[in-house]
Amino acid sequence: MIDQLPKKKLSYWNLVWVVVFILGLFVSTNETGTSVSALFSNFGQFTDIFFQMAKPDWSFTGAAMPYLIETIKMAVLGTVIGSAVAFVYSLLIARNIIKNRVITGVLRFIMNIIRTIPDLLLGSIFVAVVGIGPVAGIAALSVFTFGVVVKLFYEAIETIDNGPSEAIQACGGNKFNEVTFAVMPQVLPYFISYTLYAFELNIRASSVLGYIGAGGIGLYLKQTLDTFQYGQTGMITIVIFLVVLVIDVVSAKAREALMR
Amino acid sequence: MLPKKEVKLSKRIKRIVLAVAIIALIIWSATGIDFSGIKQTAGQIVGAIVNGLLHPDWSYVYQGDGEDLVSQLFETLCIAFLGTFISAIISIPFAFWAASARRKSKIFSGSGKVVLTFIRTFPEIVLAIMFIKAVGPGAGAGVLALGFHSVGMLAMLFSEAIESLEDGPTEAVIAVGGSKWHTAMFATLPDLLPALISNTLYRFDVSIRSASILGIVGAGGIGYPLTIALQYRQWSRVGIILLGIVVMVILVDFISGMIRKRLV
Repeated sequence: MIDQLPKKKLSYWNLVWVVVFILGLFVSTNETGTSVSALFSNFGQFTDIFFQMAKPDWSFTGAAMPYLIETIKMAVLGTVIGSAVAFVYSLLIARNIIKNRVITGVLRFIMNIIRTIPDLLLGSIFVAVVGIGPVAGIAALSVFTFGVVVKLFYEAIETIDNGPSEAIQACGGNKFNEVTFAVMPQVLPYFISYTLYAFELNIRASSVLGYIGAGGIGLYLKQTLDTFQYGQTGMITIVIFLVVLVIDVVSAKAREALMR
Repeated sequence: MLPKKEVKLSKRIKRIVLAVAIIALIIWSATGIDFSGIKQTAGQIVGAIVNGLLHPDWSYVYQGDGEDLVSQLFETLCIAFLGTFISAIISIPFAFWAASARRKSKIFSGSGKVVLTFIRTFPEIVLAIMFIKAVGPGAGAGVLALGFHSVGMLAMLFSEAIESLEDGPTEAVIAVGGSKWHTAMFATLPDLLPALISNTLYRFDVSIRSASILGIVGAGGIGYPLTIALQYRQWSRVGIILLGIVVMVILVDFISGMIRKRLV
């Protein structure tokens, strides 16, 4: 069977890619000094922590609750502030609303720079600026949410049907009428859906933000790790997992209902 | 004047209740958070950071001792590359586990999905600390942490690619008498490979960002010098490191975006 199949022409580029790829593997293994053998010889250490975590210490659940609530509060506020800013910003960078290429270009450049900074880095910068506490976390999550929502939302705005906008223009509506009566009805469900998505991401992110001093359950996580209380670490991990799971399910259902 | 839109009473009540609930949630979130705890020096520090960003410490870019910006960024890149490679390999069996198909029980694929969600939620930093205990601090721990953590997301993307496979090619190969091996080689693989490569490249973009923060706990990469610079308030060094990270991320995004475009 194999002999009868028409042969595909072998592209030299594919060969080049494979060589580059293998070279990359060698170089990065060298550079990072990754040794799988070290992992296996010390696997006892690794599994030791894991087994300790697998015996979660439920007696400290009460102590973790205030931190967990703070985490949720941080995620809510971060999502609200970030997506509110993203809402306005997306309208300013959508090329079917603002026709001036210079304005959209500059604003998009700024957006792209903001989007590249990882959330934990934002967190550590904000901790340096406003001091240790949940405010730094909220600021970091706001910027992070902004980056996530603005990208998705302006792309949604740019793909809308232009008919309604033209109809509003034809009967003498101004830019404001155009946005409220033609653009918004088309994109609002998307905006809410993206905001919910960002909220899911924020719950995950805020659970570790505390590690660098930005408030929330990460703070407690760090305490347990620093004092080698792995049983408590396991408990926290499971609690975070359950919260994320519940929020994922709820927001997935909400998004489904919206898009229907 | 535009005519008023007609809305059913029950729908209107529903909307009002929802709006009140959301506003209540936001207000509740704002309570109990101490906004007055902001340091007096916040404005000053922002000024210092902006000043540092405008006057980056160029001497740090290359010093030739392996502790400079270029070599740290290179290490970060290597951590992300190797970590993504490891996770791509681990992801494949997980993806087949979690992908729902017609001749498979819902419970089986559902359990796979829950396991992947658990891996995704497991904080990367905790994983990094566990690996540091096992292989010692350094880039190696970062690679392994990233390699295992990425499985949660990558395997999910892979399983979605598997679910969207069409039956046509497989049936065609079976119809002409192909074996299981033939279907895998000539029907499944050619269909699946572009999606797998594209998803892996996407995950590489994300991993670059993750790798640049793993240094905070001592798992190698640019994160460590950045934390040190932040702690000692060397703002011009913070500036150059941030600049380096932004340039690296933009470059990698650009290149992987180009490759992905050509794949599709």
